[in-house]
Amino acid sequence: MSAADNHIVARASPASRIAAFIGVLLLIGLIAAPWWAGRADMRLISEICLYVALASLWNLLAGYAGLVSVGQQAFVGLGGYFLFAATIFFGVPPLAAIPLAAAAGAALAVPIAVLIFRLRGAYFAIGTWVVAEVFRLVFAQVSALGGGSGTSLPAGIVKGIAASRSLREAYTYWMALGLAVLVVAMVYMLLRSRRGLALTAIRDNELAATSLGIDIWRTKFFVYVISAALTASVGALIFLQKLRISPDAAFSVNDWTAFVIFIVVIGGIGTIEGPIIGTIIFFLLRETLADLGTTYLLVLGFVAIAVMLRAPKGLWGYVKDKTGVELFALTRRVVPKR
Amino acid sequence: MASILSLRDVEKSFGAVTVADQLSYDVAAGEALGVVGPNGAGKTSMFNLITGTLKPDSGDIAFEGRMITSTSAAARCRAGIARSFQIPQPFGGMSVFENLLVAATQGAREPARRANALCLDVLEQTGLMAKANALAGSLTLLERKRLELARALCAKPRLLLLDEIAGGLTQHECEALVGTITDIRSTGVSIVWIEHVVHALLAVVDRLIVLDFGRKIADGDPHDTMASREVQEVYIGIEADA
Repeated sequence: MSAADNHIVARASPASRIAAFIGVLLLIGLIAAPWWAGRADMRLISEICLYVALASLWNLLAGYAGLVSVGQQAFVGLGGYFLFAATIFFGVPPLAAIPLAAAAGAALAVPIAVLIFRLRGAYFAIGTWVVAEVFRLVFAQVSALGGGSGTSLPAGIVKGIAASRSLREAYTYWMALGLAVLVVAMVYMLLRSRRGLALTAIRDNELAATSLGIDIWRTKFFVYVISAALTASVGALIFLQKLRISPDAAFSVNDWTAFVIFIVVIGGIGTIEGPIIGTIIFFLLRETLADLGTTYLLVLGFVAIAVMLRAPKGLWGYVKDKTGVELFALTRRVVPKR
Repeated sequence: MASILSLRDVEKSFGAVTVADQLSYDVAAGEALGVVGPNGAGKTSMFNLITGTLKPDSGDIAFEGRMITSTSAAARCRAGIARSFQIPQPFGGMSVFENLLVAATQGAREPARRANALCLDVLEQTGLMAKANALAGSLTLLERKRLELARALCAKPRLLLLDEIAGGLTQHECEALVGTITDIRSTGVSIVWIEHVVHALLAVVDRLIVLDFGRKIADGDPHDTMASREVQEVYIGIEADA
């Protein structure tokens, strides 16, 4: 009898089953938010959802594929401008522009990847930032979209989403929630797949990965294009909620990359749970310290330094190392058959 | 017999240091070839050249009759060449089982169910079943070396390159390892084995080559080669100096 006959390979654990159950309850509660939450609360939850999506995508890039980009604002801004251009010039319904923004993001990510994948490490990071700055400067030249000072979404288009303001807000809220769920689910499914196994191997050891048949360039390229596409969708939704866009807001390295890096690093890079936990901590800090002005940014800096010194793998990485708990069932465990 | 691996005038140097100097030899299908030589003789570099993590300055490498000199390392593994690393290169954040699964799914391209079965069998064969769920990063050095062998096997190679896997083993463990490698050979896998533990090597290989400064200085029957003058000079000369 071979070993395969008396062992099975399992993935779910009690912790992951409980987490899935709580996750579903939480999701039902959040879907129903327009009936129980106030407008300010829904706005905040939307923002949290959009940051969960951005952070999960950046984590996929940096934490798994080793692509430390500081230029993801290129795709946030691109998505935002795509929404404005598609709705104003081509009459595309705003909610339809959000998935289309993903296609635009992917289409642009392909040539950018071919170009910047020639760079390594810190040079890659700087390269991505340069690309984002080029985007910002280019969009500042488009006078039809307001040039450097930006433009607002015309009232007619806004009304086209839904007649009443509350329904409109409910739609964009559900879109934000849906995008966050879609991104986390995509990351989860990807990491569970064969390609995800390759990606995790690349995260741990590129030399061994390439020697075991993994095409590192193609794997990274795939991840880069997927994240760019979804980041552009998130960007489109962000600016659909803001109703106003300008190059400085759209391609802000602070808002769309620096905060996202903070979130992933304190939450736990290279884990699915990390970006979610990091986002919650980020918003807790922001909501409690927002009145302090610049002191708030100082506190963020101190928190980041403290976490990096005390728990270099982030808060979730620390918990995972201590307890082995996993909320998203990824690890395959070999269990003897009874 | 057809040759599975063929090196023709392979040259590689890093500045003034030559790691492969007019290196030519063939490995016959099903053959087990031993490689010895002092430290810095270019043995591991030769593996890097064969697996494609290092590109030669000149010369050609063929696998199963096809030129692979400019093929990527990943494609060479998928074509049927797998190696163990002298300095273990585990996927530290993954379990031992998942380390093997990477090789089975990416290198051997097995579908999920068969990949699982293959990995479980290799875990048992290499005595790593008890460590199946341990993080590879938590293994001891000897366990990591065993993982290197196990992982290479899960890529289902037709040519297996082993880089110093017997060092530090007890007599008993060494005999078990020789048994394992003999079993692998009997399934038709060709083997090239770099090893300082010569008695383990001689128990398995049909032929031995000796490298010094990237140059092949002897090639032939293992026992005759070990007893030859060149080998004695290289080895005993160095030991006398040390």
